[in-house]
Amino acid sequence: MAEYVRWSAAQIARAVNAGEVSARQIADATLEHVDAVDDRIGAFLTRLHEPARAAADRVDARVRAGEKLPLAGVPVAVKDNMCLTGTRTTCGSKILENWISPYTGTAVQRIIDAGGIPIGKCNMDEFAMGSSCENSALGVTRNPYDLRRVPGGSSGGSAAAVAAFESAIGLGSDTGGSIREPGAFCNIVGFKPTYGRVSRYGLVAFASSLDQIGPLTRTVEDAALAYDAMAGHDPMDSTSIARPVDPTAGALRDDLRGVRVGIVKEFVTEKLGPEIHALYQRAYKELTDLGAELVEVSLPTADYGLATYYLIAPAECSSNLARFDGVRYGLRVDGPDVGQMYENTRAAGFGPEVKRRILIGTYALSSGYYDAYYVKAQKARTLFSQDFARAFERCDLIASPAASSPAFEFNAKSDPYSMYMMDYYTIPMSLAGLPALSVPCGWVQNMPMGLQLAAPLFEEARLLGAAHAYERATRHAGEGAVAV
Amino acid sequence: MIATKYEAVIGIECHVELKTKSKMFCACANEFGGEPNTKVCPVCLALPGALPVANKEAIEHMVVAGLAFGSEIPAFSKFDRKNYFYPDMPKNYQISQYDMPLTQGGVVRYWLDDGTVKECRLTRIHLEEDTGKSTHAGSGDGRIAGSSFSLIDFNRAGVPLMECVSEPDIRTADEAVGYLEALKRTFVQLGVSDVKMEEGSLRCDANVSIRPAGSTEYGTKTEIKNMNSFRSVHRAIQSEIARQIEVLESGGRIVQETRGWDEVAGTTHSMRSKEQAHDYRYFPDPDLVPIEVDAAAIERLRAALPSLPIARFERYHAGYGLDVKQATQLIDNLPLAEYFDRCVSASGNPQQSTNFVLGDLSRLANESGTPVHESPVTPEHLAELIALVESKTINSKIAKELLARMWNGEGSPKQIVEKEGLAQTSDAGAIEKFVADVLAANPDAVASYKAGKTNVLGFLTGQVMKASRGKANPALVQELLTRHLS
Amino acid sequence: MSSAKSAKIDVRYVAKLARIALTEEEVERFGAQLGDLLEHVNVLSELDTASVAATAQVVESRNVEREDVAGSCLDRETVLSMAPQRQGAFFRVPRIIAEAE
Repeated sequence: MAEYVRWSAAQIARAVNAGEVSARQIADATLEHVDAVDDRIGAFLTRLHEPARAAADRVDARVRAGEKLPLAGVPVAVKDNMCLTGTRTTCGSKILENWISPYTGTAVQRIIDAGGIPIGKCNMDEFAMGSSCENSALGVTRNPYDLRRVPGGSSGGSAAAVAAFESAIGLGSDTGGSIREPGAFCNIVGFKPTYGRVSRYGLVAFASSLDQIGPLTRTVEDAALAYDAMAGHDPMDSTSIARPVDPTAGALRDDLRGVRVGIVKEFVTEKLGPEIHALYQRAYKELTDLGAELVEVSLPTADYGLATYYLIAPAECSSNLARFDGVRYGLRVDGPDVGQMYENTRAAGFGPEVKRRILIGTYALSSGYYDAYYVKAQKARTLFSQDFARAFERCDLIASPAASSPAFEFNAKSDPYSMYMMDYYTIPMSLAGLPALSVPCGWVQNMPMGLQLAAPLFEEARLLGAAHAYERATRHAGEGAVAV
Repeated sequence: MIATKYEAVIGIECHVELKTKSKMFCACANEFGGEPNTKVCPVCLALPGALPVANKEAIEHMVVAGLAFGSEIPAFSKFDRKNYFYPDMPKNYQISQYDMPLTQGGVVRYWLDDGTVKECRLTRIHLEEDTGKSTHAGSGDGRIAGSSFSLIDFNRAGVPLMECVSEPDIRTADEAVGYLEALKRTFVQLGVSDVKMEEGSLRCDANVSIRPAGSTEYGTKTEIKNMNSFRSVHRAIQSEIARQIEVLESGGRIVQETRGWDEVAGTTHSMRSKEQAHDYRYFPDPDLVPIEVDAAAIERLRAALPSLPIARFERYHAGYGLDVKQATQLIDNLPLAEYFDRCVSASGNPQQSTNFVLGDLSRLANESGTPVHESPVTPEHLAELIALVESKTINSKIAKELLARMWNGEGSPKQIVEKEGLAQTSDAGAIEKFVADVLAANPDAVASYKAGKTNVLGFLTGQVMKASRGKANPALVQELLTRHLS
Repeated sequence: MSSAKSAKIDVRYVAKLARIALTEEEVERFGAQLGDLLEHVNVLSELDTASVAATAQVVESRNVEREDVAGSCLDRETVLSMAPQRQGAFFRVPRIIAEAE
């Protein structure tokens, strides 16, 4: 494979802006590599070879015209729940299998404006519901470090693409851990910004109050570059935050002196087994080696995260997914009347996990249960914000596992709840809207593990800065090799 | 009469499309009609990934509407999703307001044809979005019942809609129409809606129940739908009241249900649903943020409120003594009413202002096709004319002529009168001469008068007026003639 | 929440609201799975939230509004080309069961 595919986004942008290599050369090398490996990985649902080459040519023209583009010529693997004009946007679902978006979402557009090249649309758990990519109705994605294992989810395709050097940047969306967990499973950085930092316009909604777009990259620096390109207020998204964004690329640091890192008392790693426990103890120690001070903090509500999340997210999704009805676009399975057409279409178009969540969400909002379930969960959500606010009085960042285990084998999690447990460590941050990321922190059973770092709202620069120091000092990602 | 044994209790829910340039949550044009499916975008078509952003003007219209009726504008309001499936509703939920609407309470004051002023309390006015339009095919008559398929146009989907919910304060079909007309007039005059029923921009349902006259308990109510004009509201309510009375008188019981008005049959019919009870699963829309209307904005909008129809009605009817028809005629023509108001304030004479504005001026307007307020006759000039008549400087005949000349752009009536010496003369000496001349020239008439045919006085008066070129004071002419003839 | 705990989820009713046709097997399977999930979420009843406000959005914001300006719409052919079934310029759907029927 051409060496370009191993380059980081920062390297590519630097070289393309300097005229040392063209965006077209990068694109050609990347697409060739995708063709060589993706039949085994299955990261992409749609490969955008021709549009990518055309986009690369446009970037080259802009560079020749003197523009300096922060993502000049950088290949980007886009999760298939983000709209891009003229391309299929399937959400990994049969109900949208052949739907071609007539518009481009804000985050993707900003990536393109910054010189990024969308090279394909990536597999995902259907409508972003899942933690293994196994819920995709349209394809199987394999973990590049062990093809018998899952890549994580729901942004599994984007994560696998980046891990397998098929793209420098992957775009994912994280609702309860869907960037961080596949990031951890695939030995890369998975970064979920503060809720509202990146516009959701053009991101097919799962749970509106939780969904957040973020990058999956092989380096923290690349995550910062991608984030800086996407973040900022968007008038098309009422929930996008109006406050200015501090660029994070300049805030990357090499040590953690003066940083207080909170270790959550309730996140007991012993229960994850001795090997994993030892790994995280080492990771915390590595933080102190860099100058950080560890402090114990408490999240009394930690054990209520899953319950809270599995009411709020399904409730919102039950309403968000009502628009898939066979009337205006997407799949239709006819029936004798419109009502039966809806029921047939949705029965055939949605997979079991999506149905389960729509059903539980519909139930949680239905007459007589709304207060007991939905309102109760919204109140519990307030407690998460309060707990984190208290914790962050004593620390600057919180460190924890990103997932409870390394990537597992296909079909290993048969009952829904054991799959939901994968997000135990990531959900609390999602409920509080906090920026959080996963960074490689070592290996268990020859599979990568991720350290989750979380920061207070809007403190992306602090978070990425610290993660960069950890990454530079430990270089755990380089301790394994992809299988393709 | 059996009917007098009962009293009806009526509440009305009314949907009114707001007048804005763009839709409620997207930038598609808010315009009636157009080629089907041409005013749609990712947002109002509910494409995957699209998000709503609220229209500022629509929210302001709501506040204005609320203030006009004295509603409370709560400091905090929010949007909720009302979840149910319907093919012309793209998201299969409607963005609406559930427990925290933009306006709460308020009173709609309205008048009836006999001039009585009534009140109906408002429960609330909330903001929501309209649906698309379905055309039903295969039933032969365009009705949904018996249709074999439907065609959908989403141009209307997402148009801002306010829902006005009344308290059950209405007692008769006349009152229902009076209430609706008051809403319509008020919204039009506030500029918040065009209220064109023929375009469906005002649609209403009525909740109707009856109870023994004098009772304070409520009877079982039915909800009447499909009323497409104020006339059909009137007929439907009367028909439903009659039906309910008949049911009770024959020993039956009213069933709480939705009933459709059939315009052709002139009756309501049960629309009992085969579907399960509605369970709308309202919850706060996580794609939108709450609204806080600040007190300063409320005061600014309150200060800018125009004179409302009911205030005009009371001023015109009770204050100036206009009859209901005259008052209504003015109120329903706002530029004319404003013209009238300026004329009244300049002339201090509402009665003459009414006569001229609704009489000669309206006639001239009809003939020429130019509205009164766009004619060269300013209210101030009209007031001058009224003053000239009042002071008996000119008589009514001259006044009519002058008005026609003013309409043609000749300007101030005072100036015309002065320039052309048209002022009525009460100079007895001058008139005396005309009288003497006329009597001398008409000996036959004089003889007839003296023979007792006093009605020739009119003829003689006319001759004197003519001789004076209309300027003579007619009363003085008559007085002098009578004296000379006796 | 004790009353909710004892409530068994009526999968058929919920599926009707959600407009998803379920097979008998799915009714059984989803019924059991959703019952299990409800057991799990019922732990929330342990939390004292009596004096806690509900969070709808983690980052509080108010009055996000757009100016009332009309912009461009989608091209009609683009719109209708997405339709599972169209007739002329309209989207076509099977018959709508009227409430009156």
